[in-house]
Amino acid sequence: MQRKTLRNAGMAAAIAMLAGGSLAACGSGGGDEAGSDTLRVTLANHVWTEKIIEAIPEFEEETGLTVELTQLGEDQLSAQYNVQLNAGTDEIDVMMYRPLQEGKLFAQNGYLADLTERVESNPEWEWSDFQQGPVDSTTFEDKVVGVPTITEREVLYYRTDLLEAAGLEVPETLEELEAAAKQIGEENPDVAGFVARTGKSPAVTQFSSFLYGFGGDFIDDEGNSAIASPEAKEAYEYYGRMINEYGPENVSTDMSWPEAMAIFTQGGAAFYTEADSLYQNATDPANSQVAENVGFAPMPAGPAGSKPYNVPSWGLGINEASTNQDNAWKFVEWATSKERVLDIQQEGVPGPRKSVWADPEGTATYPEDLAAAIEASAENGVGYDRPLVINVAEAREMVGDPIVIGITGGDVSAAADAADEAFQQFLDDERE
Amino acid sequence: MTVASLPQKTAWKAYSDWANNHRKWLFAAPAMIFVAILIIFPLAWTLYLSLTDSSGSVRAESDFIGFANYLEVLSDGDRFWPAVGRTFLFTGAALAVQMVLGMCIALLLWRPFKGEKWVRVAILLPLVATPVAVGMMWRLIFDPNIGFANQALAWFGIPAQPWLSGQSTALPTVIFIDIWQWTPMVVIILLAGLTSLSEEPDEAARIDGASAWQRFRFITVPLMMPTIIVAILLRSIDALKTFDLLYATKGRGGGSFHEVETLNIYAYGLSFDYNDYGLSSTVLILFFLIIIAAMWVLTRRRKDVQS
Repeated sequence: MQRKTLRNAGMAAAIAMLAGGSLAACGSGGGDEAGSDTLRVTLANHVWTEKIIEAIPEFEEETGLTVELTQLGEDQLSAQYNVQLNAGTDEIDVMMYRPLQEGKLFAQNGYLADLTERVESNPEWEWSDFQQGPVDSTTFEDKVVGVPTITEREVLYYRTDLLEAAGLEVPETLEELEAAAKQIGEENPDVAGFVARTGKSPAVTQFSSFLYGFGGDFIDDEGNSAIASPEAKEAYEYYGRMINEYGPENVSTDMSWPEAMAIFTQGGAAFYTEADSLYQNATDPANSQVAENVGFAPMPAGPAGSKPYNVPSWGLGINEASTNQDNAWKFVEWATSKERVLDIQQEGVPGPRKSVWADPEGTATYPEDLAAAIEASAENGVGYDRPLVINVAEAREMVGDPIVIGITGGDVSAAADAADEAFQQFLDDERE
Repeated sequence: MTVASLPQKTAWKAYSDWANNHRKWLFAAPAMIFVAILIIFPLAWTLYLSLTDSSGSVRAESDFIGFANYLEVLSDGDRFWPAVGRTFLFTGAALAVQMVLGMCIALLLWRPFKGEKWVRVAILLPLVATPVAVGMMWRLIFDPNIGFANQALAWFGIPAQPWLSGQSTALPTVIFIDIWQWTPMVVIILLAGLTSLSEEPDEAARIDGASAWQRFRFITVPLMMPTIIVAILLRSIDALKTFDLLYATKGRGGGSFHEVETLNIYAYGLSFDYNDYGLSSTVLILFFLIIIAAMWVLTRRRKDVQS
């Protein structure tokens, strides 16, 4: 008897494992009536979100609505959307999402409501005030499906004290950057010359500016893979070499920005290329041991010039299945209004509005060199930082492979050729 | 009134008669419906998905493609088979050490001694910590640049190790963490088995002049065999489907080189990162069959031992 129970328990455990992993569409419970006073907003953990939450009582007072907030980390948010939107839930009204990462997939699946008419309806809110690059990435097949909220560009973070001690100028080209990283690394045994993201997928976005700087791209004009071009290979070699030779010892190949930022802010590296929207992590003395000595510069130029990405990292969309879309739009409109964007940008989160960037107040709180770097990046920036495909997560792993091979000192050229073949196959499949 | 209520009464009586006659079905029904909804339906749905090319959204149209997914997965030497290998290596290595170590600790704790309670509590502590928290903790300890592990090695003049970051050291490191966390469970099970053993065979052997090792090898272990197999069974099911620890330490895909990607991590990535539900379901079904096969072998072994 005991044996049987045990075996059954074993079976049940095995089945439960499977059930947990399976994707049974768990139907959502009864939705609310049209135009409910309760608005369900799902947001990601971000400085932007913190600022919005502080202001939500104002919104509730203005509109008489009650906001029910769900806040999740990036990965949990993705998983949550995957499960809930797949099941056709109407329990999410407003959703914060990553236009470049999930935008195409969500739009193609019909998760995002068409906002084209709504964005044009309010001249005061002014849709044409949004920067073109971000607008392009929240538009799918000529329909507006989201409103950009946060924009970012890649800039060079550096240690002013180390540069001064070495008697070096701020590097303006990738060549100068390499020489400076080498020199500082050799002169300071405890400090690495350079650090950046190393994880196969997280590194792709930060690698993109190097790729463009060398004159390469992920996909060519005909829609074919371009990651084995001579320019792309040079970029892969450069990025890999910078970390392999001048990076921290025993460097992990799983680093995203929190890990790389930690090395920089603990004084472990002289140069660091990263998104500008994260600058407060480096300049806030509470988080950073080097806050006093952080400088910013535009992305150093490669043979093709300085070409940082300039992208919307987050946007707000409305769930197509929501029965409360009118109220949801009120929230989107409020959260992306000129006043709100200016307010949040002053708190350190770069926004998508041209008027706010043109306003001296918009950058008054930024370190001067950062504001200058951002301005330069906005001029020559590229509107995407990852392959523009539907299954971005899969594509990132493919194009990211040569990066980690380079970081670990492997054969980059062979890795790029192999990745090119896989990526081409992927693009062909997706086109079908 | 009385006339009108008459048919109602008979209807009620008919129902209560029926209920009386089918008592066992009636009382079991809620549990059976529960099982059907929560186990059979997801299983059948996963099986169905594995035969389609469902991707993007599960509500999107998908085609029935028969066993094409199975062919693709079974001929995939890049991700699937290495993941199968890692799943078994992880389980096998962790289980072997846990059983030996667990047995040693259980034997030490078997006889009463002073401070026994405190020692038991201390040994059981890792068991109650949540795996994600454990993963985060060890990730910090094993950080190659700022972690305590390399600091400690430096005191003895040993060069820094990559631990979780190294391509070849990541899997052994997560196996170590799994051993740290789950050995206590093996100890509990074996200790329960030990305390229920009767002392007479051991005493008899002692009088016959058997050494401590002989008594352990030929008396304790055979008598403990059913308990040992229970421990192996429970722990191997658990280890095979480890997810939280691996995801917390190495993230999606089991690291940039898929260093710790087991079948569970692979299936998760296929559905949550790649949105390829057909392939993901296929991997899960195959994984399910593998676990059933492993359990079947173990329970067969247990039967042999008992008879």
